[in-house]
Amino acid sequence: MDIFIQQIINGLVLGSIYALVALGYTMVYGIMGLINFAHGEVVMIGALTSLSIIKLLAGTSLPGPVVVLIGLAGAIPVCMALGFTIERVAYRPLRAAPRLAPLITAIGVSIVLQQVGMLIWGRNYHAFPGLLPTTPRHILGAQITDLQVLIVVLAALIMAALILLVNTTRIGRAMRATAENPDIAGLMGVDVNQIISITFVIGSALAAVAGVMVSANYSIAHYYMGFILGLKAFTAAVLGGIGNMGGAMLGGVLLGLIESLGAGYIGDLTGGFLGSNYQDVFAFFVLILVLVFRPSGLMGEKLAERA
Amino acid sequence: MRMNLPAFARDPRFSWVGMVLVAVALVALPFVVGGGFGNSWMRVVDSALLYIMLSLGLNIVVGFAGLLDLGYIAFYAVGAYLYALLASPQFGLHLPFWVILPLGAAVAGMFGVILGAPTLRLRGDYLAIVTLGFGEIVRIFLNNLDAPVNVTNGPQGIAQIDPVRIGGAALSKSQQWFGLTVPSVYLYYYLFVVLTLLVIFVTVRLEDSRIGRAWVAIREDEVAAKACGIDTRNIKLLAFAMGASFGGLSGGLFAGFQQFVSPESFSLLESIMVLCMVVLGGMGHIPGVILGGVLLAVLPEVLRSGAGIWQRALFGKILIDPESLRMLLFGLALIAVMLYRPAGLWPEARRRREMAAAGEAPGKRA
Repeated sequence: MDIFIQQIINGLVLGSIYALVALGYTMVYGIMGLINFAHGEVVMIGALTSLSIIKLLAGTSLPGPVVVLIGLAGAIPVCMALGFTIERVAYRPLRAAPRLAPLITAIGVSIVLQQVGMLIWGRNYHAFPGLLPTTPRHILGAQITDLQVLIVVLAALIMAALILLVNTTRIGRAMRATAENPDIAGLMGVDVNQIISITFVIGSALAAVAGVMVSANYSIAHYYMGFILGLKAFTAAVLGGIGNMGGAMLGGVLLGLIESLGAGYIGDLTGGFLGSNYQDVFAFFVLILVLVFRPSGLMGEKLAERA
Repeated sequence: MRMNLPAFARDPRFSWVGMVLVAVALVALPFVVGGGFGNSWMRVVDSALLYIMLSLGLNIVVGFAGLLDLGYIAFYAVGAYLYALLASPQFGLHLPFWVILPLGAAVAGMFGVILGAPTLRLRGDYLAIVTLGFGEIVRIFLNNLDAPVNVTNGPQGIAQIDPVRIGGAALSKSQQWFGLTVPSVYLYYYLFVVLTLLVIFVTVRLEDSRIGRAWVAIREDEVAAKACGIDTRNIKLLAFAMGASFGGLSGGLFAGFQQFVSPESFSLLESIMVLCMVVLGGMGHIPGVILGGVLLAVLPEVLRSGAGIWQRALFGKILIDPESLRMLLFGLALIAVMLYRPAGLWPEARRRREMAAAGEAPGKRA
């Protein structure tokens, strides 16, 4: 039983991070219908930028959490600028192009960012300095660290703020209108280009936060970390119903839970035939099952077949 | 037969002259490339041919039928591992390649249907992510099926695979032809050229067939296609199966050629690479796809060997790791080509017209 609760906790932590990244995918997809393949690399750049800042300040007398906060504050504008530039350079000129053209530029951007990351930070794994309190607390026989609590709470706060932004502010209304129909939103006086830029900037800021969280949680960062994380987060977004923000949050948390529970129990379920190295299979298998029965994801709208 | 050739080539007087010229060029190519640049470049040419077969297969799924498949390399893996298991010391089986290749194509085709059947209702990007997941599942299984029963030998992969043998002669050793020593890479080249031509022939004929037109109809508008009486379910499944079987075929050839397979060769990046070949060349347009395959297979190799030399010539020392510079330039090339030619380097005439009819030239839009 304590293993079960432990896996639930791990799953929640992992799921909150997935959810933050998935929001970046889903917001862009909702507005432009584009899979922003480079989003995972933005997470990586965010993680490594904050890491560099943190390493720089780790020797000073500043308390650990403050240092991490400064690192985060440094990474967010870098990622925002990056997201803005990516959209400007690689996606905006292709809005009228065939659907796969921006997908290829996205892949190109992703490759370029990965190599830039490697040139700046090298091929090595970077250890995240242990600046945050990691003393475990015991709950129902399971362990949870302050860092993990912080990740879940912070992720929840950010998501709540995002929901408020989208549902109550002027910008949020413009975003929803653009997602509904960019041309008509334009006629109603919405500056569509600006809204798309804002969407990218917000998504990238979330990516920066997620990047810091993931490297703090696993105490490691690497130029290649964005790829698989992006893949998982995109899976989460699709699981929840891509284009739907609530869906991305649900999908992220679900995927985190599925993965950690799957990894914990798959051995028992299959009599030892499949080990925890099938964790990823589990995630994708659930995704395929969900899509077979609900082709537009868990919370996706049922769309009429359109021409 | 509409082959989208340049105007002069459509003239019947030129067409057979052209074919003879192409045939001579194809026969002579290894002696020019291998003799002029060395046999390692012939290996690049051989793998380019494998990529052409792969991208033509994927072109059926993505280009003709418009189904975005991001896990295509899984079928390549199925073909390669089938060859590896049936012709290596792994199980002590040593079947000849002409038995395994069709079998590999058939099994891969079956996998195509297995993937296609549950995903028929999915559209666009949902399909993309499911195929991506499928590709990853296959790779993870290959990576882990060494326990409890050792089937795939896990991450170490399967080595000592039998080379392709034709008439008792192994293609992995040089042969004497009319007093000429023909190295192994040339022999594989000729085998691959023959099979590539076969694949090109099949896809060209398919494109002009009833099935090919049904695929294009589905790509353009699935609902309308259905309304016109096309059995969209079966036709889509057929696209998956045909595309997958080409993947299985080239996978088998890959295993025989390399004599070694490991899960590493079948990563998502490879799927993306093949997709880039299709899209960059010009989706749905066979000559374009071939061009894309050749370019993307050869260009990284040219960059790999050139990146170090150019830097020394320009700056007197190596500033950026050549391997990383190669990928950097590759990524930039992908972006640049798509920005300036969004329909691909050599798009279908129809698609070119569509793009022009869209009014504003793409790339100019604010």
